[in-house]
Amino acid sequence: MDLKELYQEIILDHGKNPRNKKKCDGFNKEAEGYNPLCGDKVHVFLKLDDNKKVIDVSFEGEGCAISMASASIMTEIVKGKDFDIAKKIISEFLTMIREGSKITINNVSKNENVTMMSLSGVKKFPMRVKCATLAWHTFISAAEEKKETVNTEKID
Amino acid sequence: MDIKLIKSQFPIFQEKINGKPLIYLDSANSSQKPKRVIDRISKFYQKEFSNIGRSVHSLAVTATNRFEETRDIVKKYINAKSREEIIFTKNATESINLIATTYGEKFIQKGDEILITELEHHSNYVPWHFIRQRKGAVIKFAECNDKGEVDVDEIRKLISSKTRIIALTHLSNVTGAILPIKKIIDLAKTKKIPVLIDGSQAAPHLPLNMQELGCDFYAISCHKMYGPTGVGILYAKKKWLDELSPYHGGGGMIEEVKKDGITFAESPAKYEAGTLQTAEVVGFSESIKFIENIGIKNIMQHEKEIMEYGLEQLRKHNSVKIIGDPKSRGSIISFTIKGIHPHDIATILDEDGVAIRAGHHCCQILHEKFGIAATARVSLGIYNSKEDIDVLSKAINNCKKVFKI
Ligand SMILES: Cc1ncc(COP(=O)(O)O)c(C=O)c1O
Repeated sequence: MDLKELYQEIILDHGKNPRNKKKCDGFNKEAEGYNPLCGDKVHVFLKLDDNKKVIDVSFEGEGCAISMASASIMTEIVKGKDFDIAKKIISEFLTMIREGSKITINNVSKNENVTMMSLSGVKKFPMRVKCATLAWHTFISAAEEKKETVNTEKID
Repeated sequence: MDIKLIKSQFPIFQEKINGKPLIYLDSANSSQKPKRVIDRISKFYQKEFSNIGRSVHSLAVTATNRFEETRDIVKKYINAKSREEIIFTKNATESINLIATTYGEKFIQKGDEILITELEHHSNYVPWHFIRQRKGAVIKFAECNDKGEVDVDEIRKLISSKTRIIALTHLSNVTGAILPIKKIIDLAKTKKIPVLIDGSQAAPHLPLNMQELGCDFYAISCHKMYGPTGVGILYAKKKWLDELSPYHGGGGMIEEVKKDGITFAESPAKYEAGTLQTAEVVGFSESIKFIENIGIKNIMQHEKEIMEYGLEQLRKHNSVKIIGDPKSRGSIISFTIKGIHPHDIATILDEDGVAIRAGHHCCQILHEKFGIAATARVSLGIYNSKEDIDVLSKAINNCKKVFKI
């Protein structure tokens, strides 16, 4: 059933017990994301070192289980990786959400791959796709120091 | 009253949603349409269509007559004093914008006060915000209490010598509260302050009587009244329509146009520039006939019964929290479920064919006041029955199952 695909164990777990939901110590970049259609908000905090490695990342926010789980998963996936690699992973993630493709990039562990794929169920729920992508866009926005709030109505 | 028979007049209920019968609990957002309304639009295009008011050929006369007959039907239905007081707009939002803009332009100056309430839909706040920005006016918000009501005293407290208009909703689209608008209008009259009522939610469910109510302006969205989208009504007292300036300029709203000056038509034409949504307006005449056939009092009574049954069933779920507890409630119930976000509720209910709305319902001020980002909302129409509530209740159990609570 589609609902079971949408609300998989991993997602329910991350939704209920989100990881890294706080302002992380010593963050040096941040960005906000907003979905005006449903009011979901995320604020991503990021500590990048001089080599653009993600030393720490966290988020605060409010929203549905999908958006909170997705933000939580995002922090786990990108933490400790170089930003350029994180960006490639995110690009594959976004394509997976939109098109239902697999994640093939070899910079993620098998476990990480499974965790990311747990969000693939949203593609059958077009109204919920933006819930799943908001935090990932917001992470990039923080790293690239874009000043504007990420607005899901202005991205795809 | 045979609700099954009434429901059978709505073709949409033959559709399956995710393989299940449609349980439509989102009528406050927009109601479904009876076949006679759909057929009327189709017939108009097939047999009577042409542009109205501009040509002398037979079809133009027929189309104009059908369009203007609808104005008479509306006038009678809401008991306005004259047909000139009925302006067709595209929705309640446009009706409110029309008044905020034209009245605001003429009568609201720097430091003047616009009095609205914390319950208002963005449609009855944002247009006033534009006037606030343009004129340097002040917007005051009458407080809503824990029950989700606004009391007359809250309005009284905020009226000052600078209050230029009071604009408020008749029926809250979130808490369902029916506001004491008659008392508020009477109070405003003693202070000579005009009152605009946002009747978007009230019009489909309560009897309307403009002369008895005595408000200056009343805004309606016909798509919530079993009518077509694209049609709204602005009721305004004739004296205002004479006094205010036109809103949009164009064809149909002029008297005489010269290079060095233009004079305008009388209302209603003065406020109806350009080609209108003719077929939809004509279709709306059938919505009123539909409502009148059943009787608005019968509609009220039926919806009240289902609403009360809904409250009773929802209260049986101990994780469900109902937002607001107004003494006088229309057929709207907003709620939250502990541990499940309203969007997740809406997605899961949809799997069972149950259509509700989740979000802030264009009332961010109110949600902020209650300290919640979003709610799930159930809203009724004449086609709903106790069985719908039972399906809703089961679907809520399913939500709890999915989320393991
Ligand atoms: C109280 C209230 N006012 C105004 C509106 C706006 O209606 P429309 O979008 O049809 O103009 C709504 C619709 O949701 C409403 O509930």
